[in-house]
Amino acid sequence: MSLAFDDYGRPFIILREQGSKSRVRGTEAVKANILAAKTVARTLRSSLGPKGMDKMLQSPDGDVTITNDGATILEQMEVQHQIGKLLVELSKSQDHEIGDGTTGVVVLAGSLLEQAESLLDMGIHPLRIAEGYEMACKVATAHLDSIATKWDFSPEEVEPLVQTCMTTLSSKVVGRLKRQMAEICVKAVLAVADLPRRDVNLDLIKVEGKVGGAMEDTRLVEGIVIDKDFSHPQMPKELKDVKIAILTCPFEAPKPKTKHKVDIDTVEKFESLRHAEQQYFIDMVQKCKDAGAGLIICQWGFEDEANHLLMHHNLPAIRWVGGVEIELLAMATGARIVPRFEELSPDKLGFAKCVREVGYGTTKERSIIIEGCPNLSAVTIWVRGGNRMVLDEVRRSLHDALCVARNLVRDNSIVYGGGSAEIACSLAVEAAADKVVGVEQYAMRAFAGKVVGVEQYAMRAFADALEAVPLALAENSGLPSIESLTAVKARQLAESNPHLGIDCNDAGTNDMREQNVFETLIGKRQQMFLATQVCKMILKIDDIIQPSQYD
Amino acid sequence: MATLMAPNQGMLQEGAREEKGENARMASFVGAVAMADLVKSTLGPKGMDKILQSMGRGHEVTVTNDGATILKSVYVDNPAAKVLQDISKVQDDEVGDGTTSVVVLAGELLREAEQLVGQKVHPMTIIAGFREAEAVAKAELTAAAFSNAEHPEAFRNDLLNIARTTLSSKILTADKDHFAELAVDAITRLKGSGNLEAIHIIKKAGGALKDSFLDEGFILDKKIGVGQPKRITDAKVLIANTPMDTDKIKIYGARVRVDSMAKVGEIEAAEKNKMREKCQKIIDHGINCFINRQLIYNFPEEIFADAGVMSIEHADFDGIERLALVLGGEIASTFEHPGEVKLGSCKLIEETMIGEDKLIHFSGVALGEACTIVLRGASSHILEEADRSLHDALCVLGETVKEPRVLYGGGWPEMRMARAIEEAAKKTPGKKSLAMEAFARALRQLPTTIADNAGLDSADIVATLRAAHGADPGASRMGVDMIAGAAGDMRELGIYESFKVKQQVLLSATEAAEMILRVDDIIRCAPRQRSG
Repeated sequence: MSLAFDDYGRPFIILREQGSKSRVRGTEAVKANILAAKTVARTLRSSLGPKGMDKMLQSPDGDVTITNDGATILEQMEVQHQIGKLLVELSKSQDHEIGDGTTGVVVLAGSLLEQAESLLDMGIHPLRIAEGYEMACKVATAHLDSIATKWDFSPEEVEPLVQTCMTTLSSKVVGRLKRQMAEICVKAVLAVADLPRRDVNLDLIKVEGKVGGAMEDTRLVEGIVIDKDFSHPQMPKELKDVKIAILTCPFEAPKPKTKHKVDIDTVEKFESLRHAEQQYFIDMVQKCKDAGAGLIICQWGFEDEANHLLMHHNLPAIRWVGGVEIELLAMATGARIVPRFEELSPDKLGFAKCVREVGYGTTKERSIIIEGCPNLSAVTIWVRGGNRMVLDEVRRSLHDALCVARNLVRDNSIVYGGGSAEIACSLAVEAAADKVVGVEQYAMRAFAGKVVGVEQYAMRAFADALEAVPLALAENSGLPSIESLTAVKARQLAESNPHLGIDCNDAGTNDMREQNVFETLIGKRQQMFLATQVCKMILKIDDIIQPSQYD
Repeated sequence: MATLMAPNQGMLQEGAREEKGENARMASFVGAVAMADLVKSTLGPKGMDKILQSMGRGHEVTVTNDGATILKSVYVDNPAAKVLQDISKVQDDEVGDGTTSVVVLAGELLREAEQLVGQKVHPMTIIAGFREAEAVAKAELTAAAFSNAEHPEAFRNDLLNIARTTLSSKILTADKDHFAELAVDAITRLKGSGNLEAIHIIKKAGGALKDSFLDEGFILDKKIGVGQPKRITDAKVLIANTPMDTDKIKIYGARVRVDSMAKVGEIEAAEKNKMREKCQKIIDHGINCFINRQLIYNFPEEIFADAGVMSIEHADFDGIERLALVLGGEIASTFEHPGEVKLGSCKLIEETMIGEDKLIHFSGVALGEACTIVLRGASSHILEEADRSLHDALCVLGETVKEPRVLYGGGWPEMRMARAIEEAAKKTPGKKSLAMEAFARALRQLPTTIADNAGLDSADIVATLRAAHGADPGASRMGVDMIAGAAGDMRELGIYESFKVKQQVLLSATEAAEMILRVDDIIRCAPRQRSG
């Protein structure tokens, strides 16, 4: 591969190891990128919606994951192509920001690029397309704001929250139990929510699980579950109204950080060292006892001797508790984390109503459940499922639902699902592109007048791309996709009712208000922003230089 | 210069593969059905065993017909097959039995689903149908279950029947009455706690399976120290976890530095002294038996022998915990307060001989719940398999004690569920009803397989059963009678199964089948390159 030749036909070497690099330029490059992005999007397309199918992913080590969570699929696919990776990132950022709609955002981006491809064929410059998309995105999001409704809820009236969570869960494997799961999620979120500040710290909700049992056994523990057992097999398995000391120092002989040596050269020294050692353990346990603790939770291990002394003094203890759990426990029980025995005092102890150890089935695995903490600011969702893959998928689904509930607490605006929002936006964008002001009197009125030139095409393309979402929904639900889409679109126009969507659940009505299918406004808006941005980025690339695959 | 790429080329890592749509579905169906067929022939009382040869050094051989064990040992590369492996393992962990049934049922469900997909029924519709069928089946199963928990006599009989049914499919089938008695005795000793830890199984090669016995007490496969009493009555036992070699100094950085040989001697003496004191403290607890988890050196052993205390070393962690539970003592690591340590006690400790080996036998223990089952058998393979079988039976019995509802066996629950589902399917509109009928057919495959494995005319028997259940819905007690080779009354034959196990089989199998059905795309990442 060469770029230029001198008089004798020898190539000028510009890039290092030029011969071994392949290079794609111009429209070719853009098209190659679009193709790559489309391929990724196509993989996810069939997972969209309540009737979406799952993907089975086998990791390099042979572990199997079955999921229909977009972010998880992309992450585990190990996409190697650079542009493919962009889409993986896209889905990930939707996951981090919103937590739901990870499939939708990729499908939207893929379809935007698909539309861009035909515009490129018309000879429109990629940047003009990008600009047109940008404008269209503004119109669409403005329209979203105008069709959004507020759903007021209070801790007593949680129905709207539950409904929204149910929409999210209906596309997952837990669809069968969506009511139960949605209620669990809402309860969990409300338990940790800071309603006046409209903030939810999802770190306080742990989603833990154990294989076995049925999904129906999943429940909310108003407290913390740790996957440990009591340090001594004979400690009581159930404690009531217990004071908890949380320690981050080991029940072991001291280990000063400075390098030192203790030299023993006489028998007396040997004796005294022995006594000091024994005394050391006794002191440690005594200090805990004196502080009034009834349960010790320690980040480190115990010496056998200390362990027995604890048991002897009726001080149940849990060892090797991880750092995250320690912090959660401290928050929930109101205990202070104590790094040294000397600093242990009664006011630093936490409190819990009930601490108990539970076992499962025929194995010897056990967990400790800590309930009835004074600051009910940490909860655990305890998931059960028939096998590991189900369990993992339930956990992912619950995570999505939790995010949705959190978003609603933050901002209680919602839009209707089932593709209705996309169709409405598509109509609005089209109207804006045609400079038609009238049927849809929305925010882009001032803006629409300015659209002259090729951007118009790009905006129309955007409108078409938006329709990909309802189209995929209908396809996955086994409906005649084009027919149902056009029918809904016609009705939306005729009735100017933005709540009409695809009837995926075969409920007999297209009005999403009746079906109670909602999504959060921020989630939808974020999807459009992110998808547009990624498209813009991909369209701007006009040159790919990469080392040859075969060297 | 490559301008356009073929779809997926270069998208995934080199070596990765993707299968889509029909192909993916086909791959998972084939994998799952193959897995089910693998264990299918082991189902039921006349099921055959498998030989598993390990890949590791020694090429160890296991002979088993325990579904979970077989599946665990098979190396599979098909993701769907892995799902089935997993449910079988979970079934084992959760209830301990039915590990083969669950895989066979899931496999049959998928086989039926495959045909429906062939008839252009959407997988989601099949799943919807399966879910409804599962709900109907679960309701029917609950209605069919009965409990004798109020009548201890009848309940014991139930337990015996369940144990016999479970054992009849295993190697112990020849002596199933004997082992059923053993298992039920062991479980009833637990007094409903269902804590299987108190039942200890010891395997000793030699003798016949029939010579296996239940010992009311505890048997520890360890040795008593030299020169110590071999028999102690009214034993007071201190159970400990403490180093009895040289007690290390735990303070970090301590080292001994001496400047003369005499000093070395002094330190050594001090060390000995320390150990002597420790032993004395232990003896001061007023004990006559000392059991340590760790090793006991000759020196302390000698001291104990002098004091007439029996000392047992190397009781591993499991043994120690179980001993502590059984003898009612605490596991001690410090010995400063003799009065406060709870000692274990038992009536008699003695050394007994089983076959060639000497074992330590604790009888009249504080915790009357404990017992030991000593298995005898001609070879280690037989013993291993007997252990697995007995473990299955104990697990099932343990679950049954907790959840006393029972069902008849021999395909009776499956026939009942199938009939109920078919009834419901008739009233269900839409394509879902096809899936429900398929579910019923899959359930009937279980008695069919049992009969097939026994070399019986399965079609005839299942048809007879179906007629019997259809004629007398809800009251018929007909199931497959292996011995007569025909349909028979399950109550008279005494073939019982635990409700919990059957329910778990139903739920797990449906869940797994649903999971696999939902997949329309399989992406396999490139296998990790292993260095070396």
